[in-house]
Amino acid sequence: MIQYNKMIFELSKKDRVGYSLPESAFNHYSLSELGNDYLRVEEPNLPEVSELDVLRHFTNISNKNFGIENGFYPLGSCTMKYNPKINEEIAGLRGFRRLHPLQPVSTVQGALKVYYELQRILSEISGLYEFTLNSYAGAHGELVGLMIIKQYHESRQDFKRNKIIIPDSAHGTNPASVVVCGMEVIEIASNKRGRVSLQSLKEAVEGRDDIAGMMLTNPNTLGIFEDDICEITKVIHEAGGKMYYDGANLNALLGKVRPGDMGFDVMHINLHKTFSTPHGGGGPGSGPVGVTEELEKFLPNPRIKKMDNHYFIEENGDAIGRISSFYGNYLVALRAYVYLLTLGKENLKLVGPYATLNANYIKNALKTAYQLPIDGNCMHEVVFNGLINKDNDIKTLDIAKRLLDYGMHAPTVYFPLLFPQAIMIEPTETESLQTLDEFINIMHKIAIEAKEDPDKLKDAPTKTPIRRTDEVFAAKEMIFSYKDYLAYREERDQ
Amino acid sequence: MSKILEGLYYSEDHEWVKVLEDNIVLVGITDFAQAELGDVVFVDLPEEGDEIVQGEEFGAVESVKAASDLVAPVSGEVIEINEDLVGEPEKVNEEPYEAWFIKVKLSDPKELDSLLNNKAYKEEISE
Repeated sequence: MIQYNKMIFELSKKDRVGYSLPESAFNHYSLSELGNDYLRVEEPNLPEVSELDVLRHFTNISNKNFGIENGFYPLGSCTMKYNPKINEEIAGLRGFRRLHPLQPVSTVQGALKVYYELQRILSEISGLYEFTLNSYAGAHGELVGLMIIKQYHESRQDFKRNKIIIPDSAHGTNPASVVVCGMEVIEIASNKRGRVSLQSLKEAVEGRDDIAGMMLTNPNTLGIFEDDICEITKVIHEAGGKMYYDGANLNALLGKVRPGDMGFDVMHINLHKTFSTPHGGGGPGSGPVGVTEELEKFLPNPRIKKMDNHYFIEENGDAIGRISSFYGNYLVALRAYVYLLTLGKENLKLVGPYATLNANYIKNALKTAYQLPIDGNCMHEVVFNGLINKDNDIKTLDIAKRLLDYGMHAPTVYFPLLFPQAIMIEPTETESLQTLDEFINIMHKIAIEAKEDPDKLKDAPTKTPIRRTDEVFAAKEMIFSYKDYLAYREERDQ
Repeated sequence: MSKILEGLYYSEDHEWVKVLEDNIVLVGITDFAQAELGDVVFVDLPEEGDEIVQGEEFGAVESVKAASDLVAPVSGEVIEINEDLVGEPEKVNEEPYEAWFIKVKLSDPKELDSLLNNKAYKEEISE
């Protein structure tokens, strides 16, 4: 099956079933007893397929996937490092896999120990006092962190603080989380060095008594370390605000610098970035939130605590409440724990330096062909602004698509928004020199093609199962399900 | 090379302003802006009767790359919006100087003096 391109609905045959069940013992219930409000008006359109149909369909589709296990995946800001197989091996152990969150505490002491110790390790790595692992993803962690900041101000009867300062280089989730949390964003501009402008920051807080805090990623989304960080946190603290650290780029600092020492009060960590837990398909993610001692009591319930050699679950009255039904994505946290113990303190300290070295190696090798908007050393990722040679109107998108033809995943494109043709490359520490050189060679080859044979880029990709997608059509036509597709097709054919 | 028309006013936020008659102007985005944005897929416009303020956001334009705020180059009352753009946002890419967004009755015509002419705008985007 080289060119498999079916939808599962196309395999469907009316009345085909893939199972044989005994007669239902519950036939004295009738759907009509539910009342009309709950009854469907029309039958659901479900594919009628056998188990083998399902298996073949999804196996064939999975063969079209491209992941870190297929090739280089330099997706900036996502830290697509290799996830060691030992993580999966431990998380697959029956003792962990078969746990139930409502089991008596005395029967899950080992599981609670893992949870508790991971909290302690994250505290040590980040320089913050206490962590919760309950949040399900990075953006969820952001929301929880902001709720804690809000609760802190309100606990002091300071109800007017509802403004959060965010630099223009921030991840889009930052302003979104602020709005979801019921607060407002003040955006400040970056300076020519691609960093927070202290001048704009001071102007933004001057004379205000409603600053709740500031969200910052460090190194920022340009892969540049905010070297004024101590001054920045001072300005915000003097204005009465709290500092929030977006942990998306923590990988660059591992074992070298701690957000707590830079003056941050709250942070989240993306376990699926920094600590090698699964990334694909949007999850399951995990975004632990850490806070200073002052904010500890506001962490969400339930909390995992230790007394002597006994682990227990605590509910705290000052907490912002519950943000998950139980303890977050526990098996994801377990994978991060395995990763951390496997590396150990000594090796963990090498992660940031190697990630930074790799990014700088690429930066220096590519800056003769790609426009480097901000010179100087970068951290774990490097941002270019398209090709230097703009003759054939080759866009960043064309470069990204052409990379697919060479069997590599495209970097992040058109982010950060500071540069119109942004292309953001993050190699991570798990790639070899040979892989980096191969990528660099291909990028130079593409730059030459752009000059000599631009159609090769404009027509790319030519070797993938799906060619260049129609992004305008995808953005304008809202087709999210097979039902939508059928409706669209009917309208089109009329 | 981006097209820049003579006789229009331009803002540093890449909008053009065309004076129709006394105090009535059309506002759109420049050829440079549409090229930077890429294919436009959605235009979010204010309503007729809304007041817009120079330097403040009055709507948004979304392309396959990103969503960007529209920043008002002048202040005044929106007296008409270009409904055609809602159904056919691609017109912004095809004919940026025909695809006006809003018609505005200026509240302070002197604000036009703070905008750029075609030559100054050309310098602005070549920086």
